[in-house]
Amino acid sequence: MSVPRHLEFFVDPSRCIGCRSCVEACTECDTHRGESMIHLEFVDRGASVQTVPVVCMHCEQPTCAEVCPADAIKRTGDGVVQSARKPRCIACGNCVVACPFGVPELYIDRAIMMKCDMCYDRTSVGKKPMCATVCPSQALFFGTREQIHALRPQSMPTNTFRFGDQVIRTRVNVMVPRRPAAPAQIDVTAAMDERPPSRAVRLPVVGDDADPFAQVEV
Amino acid sequence: MATLPVDDLAITRAFGPHLSARTRGGSAVEPDRLVKTHCCFCGQQCGIQLKVKDNEVIGFEPWEDFPFNRGMLCPKGVKRYLQGSHPDRLVTALARDPSVASGFRPMAYEQAIERAAREIQRIQDKHGPSAVGVLGGASLTTEKTYLLGKFARVCLKTPYIDYNGRLCMVSAGAANKKAFGIDRTTNPWSDMVGTEVIWVAGSNVAECSPITTNYIWQARELGAKVIVQDPRITPIARTCDLYLPIRPGRDAALFAGVLQLMIENGWIDRDFIERETVGFDEVAAYCATWPVARTAEVTGVPERSIRKAAELWGTAKSSFLFHARGIEHHSNGVQNALGTINLVLASGRIGKPKSGYGTIVGQANGQGGREHGQKCDQLPGWRDISNPEHRKYIASVWKIKEADLPGPGVDAYEMFRKIDAGEIKGLIAICFNPKVSLPDNQFVTRALEKLEFFVAIDFFLNDTARHADLVLPGSLHEEDEGTVTQVEGRVIKVNKAVECPGEARQDWRIIQDLAKALGRPHGFTFDGPRAIFDELRVASKGGVADYSGITYEKIERQMGVFWPCPSDDHPGTPRLFEPGSDNPVAKGKGRFYFPDGKARFNVADYRPAVDDVSEEYPLFLTTGRVVSQFLSGTQTRRIGPLIKHYPEPRIELHPRLAEKLGIADGDWATAETRRGAITLRAMVVTTIRPDTIFIPYHWPGDKSANRLTVAAQDPISKIPQYKVCGCRLRPADGPPAYAQEREAQQ
Ligand code: SF4
Ligand code: SF4
Ligand code: SF4
Repeated sequence: MSVPRHLEFFVDPSRCIGCRSCVEACTECDTHRGESMIHLEFVDRGASVQTVPVVCMHCEQPTCAEVCPADAIKRTGDGVVQSARKPRCIACGNCVVACPFGVPELYIDRAIMMKCDMCYDRTSVGKKPMCATVCPSQALFFGTREQIHALRPQSMPTNTFRFGDQVIRTRVNVMVPRRPAAPAQIDVTAAMDERPPSRAVRLPVVGDDADPFAQVEV
Repeated sequence: MATLPVDDLAITRAFGPHLSARTRGGSAVEPDRLVKTHCCFCGQQCGIQLKVKDNEVIGFEPWEDFPFNRGMLCPKGVKRYLQGSHPDRLVTALARDPSVASGFRPMAYEQAIERAAREIQRIQDKHGPSAVGVLGGASLTTEKTYLLGKFARVCLKTPYIDYNGRLCMVSAGAANKKAFGIDRTTNPWSDMVGTEVIWVAGSNVAECSPITTNYIWQARELGAKVIVQDPRITPIARTCDLYLPIRPGRDAALFAGVLQLMIENGWIDRDFIERETVGFDEVAAYCATWPVARTAEVTGVPERSIRKAAELWGTAKSSFLFHARGIEHHSNGVQNALGTINLVLASGRIGKPKSGYGTIVGQANGQGGREHGQKCDQLPGWRDISNPEHRKYIASVWKIKEADLPGPGVDAYEMFRKIDAGEIKGLIAICFNPKVSLPDNQFVTRALEKLEFFVAIDFFLNDTARHADLVLPGSLHEEDEGTVTQVEGRVIKVNKAVECPGEARQDWRIIQDLAKALGRPHGFTFDGPRAIFDELRVASKGGVADYSGITYEKIERQMGVFWPCPSDDHPGTPRLFEPGSDNPVAKGKGRFYFPDGKARFNVADYRPAVDDVSEEYPLFLTTGRVVSQFLSGTQTRRIGPLIKHYPEPRIELHPRLAEKLGIADGDWATAETRRGAITLRAMVVTTIRPDTIFIPYHWPGDKSANRLTVAAQDPISKIPQYKVCGCRLRPADGPPAYAQEREAQQ
């Protein structure tokens, strides 16, 4: 049993409506009963309703596994990075600190690290991950590359990320806008310095600039 | 004598809301079976499979084959199963008893029914049949709503029945009927994908009808431009192509201004207007009084945005417009809805693939629940209770004399005024929580206290049922079968997954038990929902809402049947008004449901809101939903994981307003209107108009937004004006009293 290679996971934050359906659905999966492995982040609620779902990116060379002193994190042959193996994990938290995407979490009460396993109990038997099935805006999508190309002609999947000198390729794709020119990779560290323009309030209100309420008197 | 038997808090301690958070799902527990059914909450009615083990719903599995949502669910759908086996679930009848700490003592079901019948009989003997009123719910299956309408009119012989759909879709319904002669969304949602422009008017789709987001965004991927009109930057507005930041309550003016620009620029379909409609000239004359400068001034939308909207909408070849409570919850809600319809008719883009118009249903069965007779002026099949022909037909189905059929009653709010005036002395309410959901709800509470006898049927003790003399334990969604009609007009089937616990019963049984105890069982001896549905099919035959060709089997086979469906061999009508389509009103003369087959333009008159902003109350207050809660929260405030998302209502306000008032994010702030004041925490966000504040309405008591809202109603639809009233805001004097008792729960 494995997750077929032609089925991939796509994350499109521009579609996320912050409903937390994914978070709730994740708690219904078996590997980590009752606990959600998805983090849902409000980028800056004061300025925007933009939210971002964070799932494990299932790196080709997982940093979490590389730093684990107990060799508790395994990557399966089909490219899915698993939660820590229970007998091995010493709950040191190295992986939590090391993961560039901020995914693993330490569960102190159980003394173990747990993270998203791409619903291995489902995906390895031909089902979709719970979160991607329920996501009402399909910000999370599980399917083939052909399907995503047909469904999202304006975006393209990217799975190469640059953190300073480190380049990471992942099994999970992030959808980025195709226009004007989609970057071949996402340079995460470069984006950290500049404060991104407050994208939420930059609505294309005709001719208007940042604030659609600029004219409103209080 | 319907005052609270004991202190509200004591009732809360006994009957909740308590939180159920025990996750029972996962694949480790092997269910006995999976039951294909639908979500019990909003009008999208997502398909879902419930996992059942030992007469308990233990989780869900997505139902990816169901065409509307293909497995997608919002968090309410995911966690709905936690309301089964809930500690607060009513499993016996309850009698009000102030000597008991909780205010209620259990009572044997049979005894309770007999007592209810005795009290109803006593009131009716003394004051006449009309002294008893009935309030229904738009979450009930269509079978139950049909039975309830029949029960009020045939068994109780009272004209006073109405339902909580009054708070939801009636403005849209009235406007649809005036313009098209039929009230239903015109196209299946799949028609949205591939359209050129989508106009979303007053609809926070991401939080109120989440699945629709995927349709809109899929359309956008394929090139559709999206226009959003809303005082808040909702998640759908965040990514739209044109945002119209309208002042609450000014929608009809915007539509008139846009139509005026379309006329000026020749962006209207003269051929269609000429051939298929009547009344355009009056509308054009009215719109001429709305030049763009005036429109901008009244609506608060910049002139260039209005021009852009007119151009995007006017020049498209295909389009989809839909609206929801944002433009309908107004004292001129019907006019607002007519304004959107005028835009659609003027463009001629209706009755074809990829071009449609729709109103988004809020409640589970907002559509079916209003078609078959629990609305005060309607008989089954959307028949008119004042029309002698219609009365005669239904009287023949019900095997009574037409003269014995009562006439039209009054809307749900008016029923409370009649209770207040002492005209209605007895009340039967089923799945309706007006103490939280009606505007100016302190008046509603005072009216409830005047009732001589009040019996509530529900599965949790909701805030209104706390006033009841008698509570009968009804059924949860998964404990019964029946049909509902979802947002697209698709009639679908809810299937039974588990048995009712304890002494709880299916609501149709309770209604029939009451009829029997009253000694008037004639017409109330159905052996189940299927038998009720079969009578409903006959009763709707030949009406506008014709369900006569729909069967349970056809629904399962086709994954839903779109009404109208007038005969056994008819597949149903996914798309209304297609050229050449037939209907029982026009009889071949045209595609719209009027004798001449033509659609109606109606002058959509702008009127300022009742209790608008003023010097004393300078801010607009607007109300609405959050995605994790549903309606008055009777169900969702009992589900732990949902409470965590948004534990308490907050007042959303813009930083500029916050600065002016000296309120910081998280501070306690007091909002006041002419009717009352509530103190909640502030949430400072740039995503709302600086002259407007927003409060979600799902909470009761001291946190109830409807303490503030005004009971002004639309003169035609009688929908209350929830979406705007004058308000003022100030930093609170200190934490509210409830914070000491309940803050710990937050
Ligand atoms: S917490 Fe567990 S899995 Fe993570 S690095 Fe330490 S031992 Fe490895
Ligand atoms: S379910 Fe989808 S839309 Fe909702 S929060 Fe998760 S990713 Fe976002
Ligand atoms: S509440 Fe509405 S959107 Fe959410 S799962 Fe239920 S029917 Fe679907």
